[in-house]
Amino acid sequence: MRYNARVEVRLRPGIADPEGATIERALPALGFDGIASVKTGRCFNVELDASDLEAARSHAAALADRLLANPVIEESIIEVTPL
Amino acid sequence: MATTVGVVVFPGTNCEYDAVQAMETLGAQARLVFHSETSLSGLDAIILPGGFAHGDYLRPGALARFSPIMDAVSRFAAEGGPVVGICNGFQVLCEANLLPGALQKNRGLTFLCKPATLEVVSTRSVITRNATRGQHLNIPINHFSGSYTCSIETLRELRDQDRVVVRYVENPNGSLDDIAGISNEAGNVVGLMPHPERASSELLGSADGLVLLSSLLAAASVG
Repeated sequence: MRYNARVEVRLRPGIADPEGATIERALPALGFDGIASVKTGRCFNVELDASDLEAARSHAAALADRLLANPVIEESIIEVTPL
Repeated sequence: MATTVGVVVFPGTNCEYDAVQAMETLGAQARLVFHSETSLSGLDAIILPGGFAHGDYLRPGALARFSPIMDAVSRFAAEGGPVVGICNGFQVLCEANLLPGALQKNRGLTFLCKPATLEVVSTRSVITRNATRGQHLNIPINHFSGSYTCSIETLRELRDQDRVVVRYVENPNGSLDDIAGISNEAGNVVGLMPHPERASSELLGSADGLVLLSSLLAAASVG
């Protein structure tokens, strides 16, 4: 079975996010009111073959830990869907 | 026999010749080591120079960490061999877990290229054994992701074990605790964001980097 793993990598709570902070300041200047907070992250879509959903999920978690995220400063959220 | 320093070249490394020239200025031999090589035999010290290894894709150092040469660098480090990562090399050492913590984008998202005043904090490391604690050094920085960060526990360890090697006198990038360079527990693996090889002659504006590079050679010749 082929699956799509959507891996969202974002900074851990408490880690400075200078890009998010810059966007947060820019939005009101463009006239967008009511902006409480902006946090940045990256999203990867990885298509992979696995025997079942659970295997696909653990495969995606492994590659997120090993490469896509730096666990010192980042965490990942994984959603796996069959294709 | 002259000390021979290996200067590791990843695709996108761009400070390798500066490092070679600085080493030769100090009377050492230097040899470029390509990222696809698997052995460091015959080398007395290793420099991971600055640049943009593998285009800095994903994160600086994230892909370079998986280069074949990095297994050899890890073994060399584990055997006590002196290893110094400069700028991008520091980022590679952190990603490779040879040093703790990570380097984030600079505070203010500014690419910084300017002289920085450093204070020598520890003389235990392989790049500061010829320096004096408290000594100020004028050495340029040239980076976008140089803001050092780590957990509170790691920071406590770094301080308690005398592993903060150099600090910025005026923090340019938001680094935690003004950290510009750190070492591993044994002191033989060091990473720093400033470029000592670019401060290796008065013609370049400063020769203050020589004390760090000559320390590395002294450490290398001790073996």
